[in-house]
Amino acid sequence: MFFEMFTYAFVQRALVCGTFIALSCAALGCFLVLRRFSMIGDGLAHAGFAAVALALVIGASPLALAIPLVMLMSLGILKLGEKTTLYGETAIGLVSSLAMACAILLASLAGGFSVDLYGYLFGSILAIRESELVLSIALSTAVILAIKVFYRYLFSITYDEEFAKVSGIKTGLVGKILILLTALTVVLGMRVVGTLLVSSLIIFPAVTALQLSKGFRATILIAMACGAISVTGGIAASFCLDLPTGATIVVVNFLLFAAAFAFSRMRG
Amino acid sequence: MREQETAIAVRDLCVRYGQYEVLSGIDFTVPAGDFLAIAGPNGSGKTTLVKTLAGLLPAAKGEIVFAPGIKLGYLPQKTAYADPRFPATVREVVASGIAARKTFPRRLIPHDKERIEDALGLLQIEDLADKRIGRLSGGQQQRVHLARALVDNPSLLILDEPTGALDPRSRECFYSTLLHLNRQHGVSIVIVTHDVHAIGEYAASVLYLDRKVLFHGPLAEFEMDATPQHYFGMHRRHGNHEAP
Repeated sequence: MFFEMFTYAFVQRALVCGTFIALSCAALGCFLVLRRFSMIGDGLAHAGFAAVALALVIGASPLALAIPLVMLMSLGILKLGEKTTLYGETAIGLVSSLAMACAILLASLAGGFSVDLYGYLFGSILAIRESELVLSIALSTAVILAIKVFYRYLFSITYDEEFAKVSGIKTGLVGKILILLTALTVVLGMRVVGTLLVSSLIIFPAVTALQLSKGFRATILIAMACGAISVTGGIAASFCLDLPTGATIVVVNFLLFAAAFAFSRMRG
Repeated sequence: MREQETAIAVRDLCVRYGQYEVLSGIDFTVPAGDFLAIAGPNGSGKTTLVKTLAGLLPAAKGEIVFAPGIKLGYLPQKTAYADPRFPATVREVVASGIAARKTFPRRLIPHDKERIEDALGLLQIEDLADKRIGRLSGGQQQRVHLARALVDNPSLLILDEPTGALDPRSRECFYSTLLHLNRQHGVSIVIVTHDVHAIGEYAASVLYLDRKVLFHGPLAEFEMDATPQHYFGMHRRHGNHEAP
């Protein structure tokens, strides 16, 4: 049964798509966690869910509408944190709850939660279509390349934003790039594990890698490996044990974290 | 005699936090090669002044003119190094000092790697290069951050209370490095410090501040000046001016 599942096209699509999205989520997660901005994934996922609900009400393509809308909202969260006396995480909470309320209202206007909307709430990676697969691979690759190109700037603003600014890095612009990449990745991740669990793809691999590595580049690579292992392991386990895929991916992520945590404690 | 070059000229600088004026009418120049200590009581605007010089705070009025082509190095008062969990090696932190001038594709070329090794060598921290920054002592971390500030070969170094967390031996070592940079490499130093000993021992000139400039001049004149005496109680070198 284990090897048989790899012969199914829908499993192959899920594995490839999930792995690409997990790689970009994990790489971004290292910067977000260390910048104390890890809950942004949760906030943006809720915003994405509202955008998907809107798309389903007006008959638009969910991803085509959600990606630009969530990117805009991500900049809104940044602005809200900068221009008001709100702390960063408070701004996320405000946008997150408002977006979720809007999603519920829109779903109610459309006569209740449809199967498609449930798919984005709890994830439906096994139902990924060919077009979504291509889009996910292309966008995830773009995100990973962007991280590679801006790596030195991203490291600088994450380690010491004040120094980065004095040394001539446009810290505001780099911060915006990071948040836009996150928005893009979160919308893609909603399809894998769902709105409610997408932040786990961002947070878990990063905190797992933090237990194991002493260098920053190594942390990113370990996080990406953990992300990929959790998605492939989660899909395989859910298929073999007949469990919900999104939730199983999160549980595998947790097991990896627990093992890394135990290992780092033993190492001292 | 040739007029000494100016590294920074500050003219009628005024800085506000909202409606609250922190600094007003600040005028001074820093000659190239100077070792200027900025001193003053708590809340006198020392950190605000260096942050404005470094471009982190906007000036409400006035201007700051840097000598053409001057390269700025900066050592902030607080850095992320307080977090022992941050996963960065010493080499990665020092390398971040040249991140800003790296153009696409932003890879480190052999010349960059040489400069990183030079900066590590100058601060005598080569053996720490692959260690995690958060695992180092306060003194070691401060040397790493000084190496980061120096890796791009700055001609002007601005430091904001860099020795607050250091023990006397580390502090002495830190100031000796600054003096070496100043004397041997011609780096202009602007340092905010409460360390009376360091001012007396290392600074060439002093700017005494209390929301406006109360004194600016050579160290010898500062030691004779009555303005900061009540605050510092400095050990005078001249018998008639011994502090109580």
